[in-house]
Amino acid sequence: MTTATLAPTVSGAPHSTGVFTNLKWLVSDTLTLTKRNLLAVTRIPEALFFSTVQPIMFVLLFRYVFGGAIHTGPVPYVDYLLPGIFVQTVAFGSVSTSIGLAEDLQKGIIERFRALPMSRGAVLLGRTTADLVRNVFVVIIMTVVGLLVGFRPSEGFASFMAGIGLILLFAYALSWFFAIVGLSAPNSETAQVMSFPLVFPLTFISAAFVPVGSMPSWLQGFATYQPFSVTISACRSLMVGAASTGTGRSTTFWVVQSLAWTIGLLIIFIPLAIRRYRTRT
Amino acid sequence: MSIAIEVDNVQKTFRGKREVRALDGVSFAVTEGTVFGLLGPNGSGKTTAVRVLTTILRPDGGSAHVLGNDVTKKSALVRSLIGLAGQYAAVDENLTGRENLQMVGKLNHLPSSFVATRAIELLDQFNLTDAGDRPLKTYSGGMRRRLDLAAALVARPTVLFLDEPTTGLDPQSRNDLWEVIERLVGGGTTVLLTTQYLEEADRLASTLAVIDHGKVIAEGTPQSMKANFGATVLEVSLPTIDDAQRTGAILDGLGSHASVVNGTQVEVTVDNGPQVAMAALRNLDADGIAPQTFNLREPSLDDVFLSLTGHRTEVEEADEDDNLTPRQKRKKKRLADLEKALPIQTGEYA
Repeated sequence: MTTATLAPTVSGAPHSTGVFTNLKWLVSDTLTLTKRNLLAVTRIPEALFFSTVQPIMFVLLFRYVFGGAIHTGPVPYVDYLLPGIFVQTVAFGSVSTSIGLAEDLQKGIIERFRALPMSRGAVLLGRTTADLVRNVFVVIIMTVVGLLVGFRPSEGFASFMAGIGLILLFAYALSWFFAIVGLSAPNSETAQVMSFPLVFPLTFISAAFVPVGSMPSWLQGFATYQPFSVTISACRSLMVGAASTGTGRSTTFWVVQSLAWTIGLLIIFIPLAIRRYRTRT
Repeated sequence: MSIAIEVDNVQKTFRGKREVRALDGVSFAVTEGTVFGLLGPNGSGKTTAVRVLTTILRPDGGSAHVLGNDVTKKSALVRSLIGLAGQYAAVDENLTGRENLQMVGKLNHLPSSFVATRAIELLDQFNLTDAGDRPLKTYSGGMRRRLDLAAALVARPTVLFLDEPTTGLDPQSRNDLWEVIERLVGGGTTVLLTTQYLEEADRLASTLAVIDHGKVIAEGTPQSMKANFGATVLEVSLPTIDDAQRTGAILDGLGSHASVVNGTQVEVTVDNGPQVAMAALRNLDADGIAPQTFNLREPSLDDVFLSLTGHRTEVEEADEDDNLTPRQKRKKKRLADLEKALPIQTGEYA
């Protein structure tokens, strides 16, 4: 009988009282939502495809069109370029955190989540984790593309992987910043438009594509020490040697600076993003 | 009988460019195992009340309890006892129906084996078995609503909140959903339902509260409400304003309610439609008045309002759009779309 199956036999969902149960649920809810967000990526493969097309075009454009006119001293331009492309790609990738959250807010899914007995932090954690996984995928593709156009990391596999780890961490920290953008935007289109002016100057007024020394002197200070450049230089040092940065600084110097930025961004933006999530009605 | 939902003098003001007192001291109580209808026009505070009760929104003042638990102090416990289905069909576009149900089950911290069985069961009950493994993009509006309701039921909640469950649906889907809700109540679930449709409240709810400008302005059973403003509305349109005035005077003498004359239109709410209609036609004929149209219709929410407050439900002006939250804008757009598709259903409420 239908009414019998509809009758509440279990009195609601389990609810938590202990700290460990809360932690366990935070992890399991985060995994559930990470999986949900990644499933969405696989259901719209076009989106992932086109998000890798753009950086591939950048690689080809700079490698074969502009590269000849850019002088990078001790290393071939292709080796100089790829670390910059990596950071650019993951930074644009972390913009998807803002788009995803704005979309969930717009479609009312977050409203449903708020009325469920799930962990409060899981919505943001699940989103940023999924975008991290997405960035891992994109970095693998870009590495393959890089190797195909002649990119030759010279510092060994471990050092190369350390560089990849560093930029993924940095992108994860950026995701928390873009979470705030997404939670503040009225819709996903605006979230994307709002994110762009923030990423664009940081990507181009940087050491990503050209040595900073070729820029006007008033711009060099910013272009050398802003967080994107610091991470690019760290990645470059780890992948093709510290001399490639053309700054005379050591690998450790750049790695420490990059990690400091990453940790600083996380410390500032995680609490701010959580607060924004709580107050957003 | 014990009380499942208790709302006591709850207040909520939204501060923005313009202050909106969404809830201005709302109080009501819902008995366990019954359906309670919160009836009101757009912007009356229905959804805000549901959002407070489902712990999504913190009230500024007053108190709200679900099964004896304060919604602000024991919000985690309350969330484990309730289910919420909204007018926005908050289901994930990119997942299949089954995946949506499983996700909600997991987020309710239910064992995966239970969730898998429950998903099959619910897909079956809501006639979605065939569509269960298709992505939601292929679902119709009615299917989405059914899935949304199914998602609210995954954890077998004791108290269910349905925020305008059929707004925007075609009459057939609306009927289907009504049948599902009726079965639920048969199973003993307490339901709080908000609606703009008197017909819906009448069919589903055993107790009603009419809400306007964040206040409860009337409370009772659908029968007592109807008795208060008559069961049928007689609408007559006349060729001239003078005829309309005379018709108004004639109709005044026939029903228990006063007639309302608006230009060449006359309306009166009556308890016994056909009898009054026949008497009216005889009297009009005797006075030599020939109506252009002559209709008997079911009373609408608008009629209830007119009878309770003396004013019609208010229509939001376009220039107020800036003050609307994204939620309200979505709702407005949906209603506008709906109006285009179904001019008869929503015109007077939107």
